[in-house]
Amino acid sequence: MKEYDIVIVGGGPAGLAAALTAASCAASVLLVDDGLQLGGQLIKQTHKFFGSSEQFAGIRGIEIADNFIDKIKKSPNIDILTQATATGYYEDGILTILEGLNGNSLVKVKPRCLIVATGAAENMLPFINNDLPGVYGAGAVQTLMNVYGVVPGEKVLMVGAGNIGLIVAYQLIQAKIKVEAIVEAMPCIGGYWVHASKIARLGVPIYTSCTLKEVRGKEQVEGATICNIDKKFCFISQSEKDLDVDTICLAVGLSPLSELLWQTGCEMNYIPELCGYVALRDENMRTSSEKIYIAGDVTGIEEASSAMIEGQIAGLNATASLGFYHKEYTKLNSKYKRQLSQLRNNIMSEAINRGIQKVIIQKGETHVYSH
Amino acid sequence: MSIPTNGVPVKEELEQVIPPAEILAKGPVVVVECFQNIPCDPCAASCPSGAIQPFEDINNLPTVDYEKCTGCGLCIASCPGLAIFVVDINYSDKEALLKIPYEMLPLPKKGQVVAGLDRSGRKVADVKVARVQRTKNKTNIITIIVPKDLAMVIRNIKVGDEQNG
Repeated sequence: MKEYDIVIVGGGPAGLAAALTAASCAASVLLVDDGLQLGGQLIKQTHKFFGSSEQFAGIRGIEIADNFIDKIKKSPNIDILTQATATGYYEDGILTILEGLNGNSLVKVKPRCLIVATGAAENMLPFINNDLPGVYGAGAVQTLMNVYGVVPGEKVLMVGAGNIGLIVAYQLIQAKIKVEAIVEAMPCIGGYWVHASKIARLGVPIYTSCTLKEVRGKEQVEGATICNIDKKFCFISQSEKDLDVDTICLAVGLSPLSELLWQTGCEMNYIPELCGYVALRDENMRTSSEKIYIAGDVTGIEEASSAMIEGQIAGLNATASLGFYHKEYTKLNSKYKRQLSQLRNNIMSEAINRGIQKVIIQKGETHVYSH
Repeated sequence: MSIPTNGVPVKEELEQVIPPAEILAKGPVVVVECFQNIPCDPCAASCPSGAIQPFEDINNLPTVDYEKCTGCGLCIASCPGLAIFVVDINYSDKEALLKIPYEMLPLPKKGQVVAGLDRSGRKVADVKVARVQRTKNKTNIITIIVPKDLAMVIRNIKVGDEQNG
């Protein structure tokens, strides 16, 4: 069985950044990802990133992925396993992985330290006929369009005006697909206003305090009814509006993909501000389990920019815990943390900051469950 | 209705970002329609004349020293939010020149007449394309000739029937 200093589960922005950082500390690294290729959600993100130049501001997600993957493939310290799903991490320190398109090959590896960067999954919404073909997650539509070149439909209703809803609506229009409207249950647009303005300038109405009530259709989506809602999120009667659409895109939030962390037995808590169950962790991204670090959306739903920095922090500190101190460890560790707090120093990050306060393990109170 | 509820800034919001009249009178100048404190700063780094001030805090709104702005438009393609425009109010007696970011295909051709759209995507005039600049990062810059009174109204174009709206 092959042993590695660091095994990283998840090859999205957090995992990619963690792999490069760990490799730069001379550790041996295995990067495991269930996708056909590395990159996670970056490979479909055709919009330019925000943040600062350290987080590739102004560069499109797809190019950030290419840049990372190129460096990772050139690194002699990093092995890559794609089409591979990590299924469990056991008391004897062994990580099991199902490899191949059908997952029919079992691989076992022994990491000295594990970094879990498994990301997040899209949320579903209850409404009448939500099981009809034509009802998609917005992220799924983005994958179909931007990765596989498949048109999801012709006339779309986008549900949710967070960044994903706004960005995917814009990209649908770039792909010549009509977006009839965006509805948002909250009284204000949740995503960046600049994204909303881009959509507005294209003539797409954004309705806040409004939601999807019902989808019509027999074999597939044939239309939708939207309805205004009051402050208690109850439908306002007589405010229904019928839309002629064949596709519903749900952009109603993400939840951390924390199954592997649950299985490892590290301490978890439900934190609404972080959008679900997340692992408790210290400021170096170490969980209650000495050998397990986390980074990216699995620590709480945020942005790719912060995921990359968390990956760097996890990579730097996981390797340090094994004795591979980067020659500039102290400087880099404080730089990354400073960048992270700068990214979170705005009103939109208030919930994230509040949530992190609830999961942070302070120095000296780390619960160690040694394997 | 205003930018937090439908993405369309209202008069009071726009007044915060439109350069003073005496600056506009001098020639091409940047209009940064950025209204929200988000972590983002590429515009300052892209500015060759130091007009867009370096950010003390990355979450601040951009601040522009209009005296230094040459209207070069390099910031237009740098902005991840496509929120930057350049206006030259003195193009002719009745017309202004407007540079806008554009990420749709097909690109218009120089000399082509296209629909000029306002911030809510409504057509408000036919406008003529003066220049099409393809950029490396694929946020292309389209220069259009617009009626002077619509220089602060038009913010998008529609080429043929290709777009939404």
